[in-house]
Amino acid sequence: MKRSWFAFPYGLWMLLFTIVPIVIIVYYAFTIDGSFSLDNFRLFFSPDIIGILLFSLWLAFLCTLICLALGYPVALFLAKTAMKRSAMLVVLFIIPMWMNFLLRTYAWMSLLEDTGLINRLLEWVGVGRVKLMYTENAVLFGLVYNFLPFMIFPIYSVLKRSDILLEEAASDLGANTLNVFTRVTLPLSLPGVVSGISMVFMPAVTTFVIPRLLGGGMFMMFGDLIESQFLTTGDWNFGSALSLVMMALILVSLGILNKTGTSANGEEGALW
Amino acid sequence: MKKLGLIFVILMLVFLYAPIIVLVVYSFNDSPTRAVWGGFSIRWYIELFHDKSILDALYVTVSIALIATVASTIVGTLAAIGMHSMKPGMQSLYVNVTNLPMLTPDIVTGISLMVLFIFAKFPRGYWTMLLAHITFDAPYVIFSVLPRLRRMNKHLYEAALDLGSTPGRAMRQVILPEIMPGVVTGALLAFTMSLDDFVISYFTSVRSANLSMLIYSMTRRKVPPTINALSAIMFTVVLALLLIINRRDARQAA
Repeated sequence: MKRSWFAFPYGLWMLLFTIVPIVIIVYYAFTIDGSFSLDNFRLFFSPDIIGILLFSLWLAFLCTLICLALGYPVALFLAKTAMKRSAMLVVLFIIPMWMNFLLRTYAWMSLLEDTGLINRLLEWVGVGRVKLMYTENAVLFGLVYNFLPFMIFPIYSVLKRSDILLEEAASDLGANTLNVFTRVTLPLSLPGVVSGISMVFMPAVTTFVIPRLLGGGMFMMFGDLIESQFLTTGDWNFGSALSLVMMALILVSLGILNKTGTSANGEEGALW
Repeated sequence: MKKLGLIFVILMLVFLYAPIIVLVVYSFNDSPTRAVWGGFSIRWYIELFHDKSILDALYVTVSIALIATVASTIVGTLAAIGMHSMKPGMQSLYVNVTNLPMLTPDIVTGISLMVLFIFAKFPRGYWTMLLAHITFDAPYVIFSVLPRLRRMNKHLYEAALDLGSTPGRAMRQVILPEIMPGVVTGALLAFTMSLDDFVISYFTSVRSANLSMLIYSMTRRKVPPTINALSAIMFTVVLALLLIINRRDARQAA
């Protein structure tokens, strides 16, 4: 048992750079000008702030839903295709994920802008220009584009590992294609769906870059609000309170997700 | 049904690749505005390599990713070995602390570190960014190494000692080779995370910018066409890295 001191430098490091910063945030959240106060949280419950939170949750929810609707069929197809080709296809889906997400978002900016390729195509067809950038849909679009791979891979890896014989047995026993899917494949893939949902929803609800770039700052999301408290307004106390609310939100939703599905995220989810 | 699936998958690939392809095409556009095609040219690539801010950011990104990867791999591997030999209660405390930065949203991690550095009157720049990167990289290493240790036959180490090996030698010749694949995976993960990070760097550094921060500040102002060339190069580098890793995996599997 002597080797346990090997972890000591790391423990000290994490104490200094993870625990202490959170303690400072907690301190700021519960004080105003150095004395204890709950006003920061009272401010959080004002209609404006709750509105921003609900808007972020709604957008993240829509993003997760769309990612699931688009990602599940892709994952299913990738998992069920013959070995050789599917390995190559999977790599094709991984490559964009490895590209810097700011560049990916910027790429869509250049497609969606007023004089962008899509608008010029629409003009050429005769539809005329449509305002695409700096709209709610542009933000949603950017979220889906950035986080879609995070939905595909957890589902894919669960489907890939699941026993194909179960599906064959079901159809041998007389289940039709739809029944095989709803009674066998879908339940088997549920852990992947759960971890996909958490891997899309969490970053979508906390992002501040995507709404800033594609929404042009017109649509405040919860992440924006926190960022601006620290970097623009300079209200650290309120910003800290909001950060704590966000952390609580994430932990609660992770807890709910882990309860619904057998925990599929964690150590292996980190790979994607 | 199969055909329909293939068409859908191809559509999704078009969705994922369209913007990237457009960027690459524009990077060869001689005209400075995206509205007109001015003919093929590599002028933006040449300008890119004369742009001091981009070269500086490239240096910051790569050097921080390398140092943070080495540091977090050493600290994380040692920590994993230490955690593995701890009593269960202590071990679960360490695991929870390691989970904390992985569950905390990036923005909160970044802000809490920023507040710490300001609190400690530590000027935010290259070094604070490096400290932050080591902090968020280490858990990836630990969670790659720990499962390897758990799967390992613990009698191997005892056997080495029984056969007269010193503890240090047993560590080097028995434990280290066993956990090496986990260490390499962890290091690769740490490197990628560090290379790609924007949010935490954005909050923990003001004077030094990495590529992500530079791109962010560029997209907020008028976007110079050099950014297209930069995207094309970064895309090629990623492609090459993935092909290398893939080949390495294939060779290991064979």
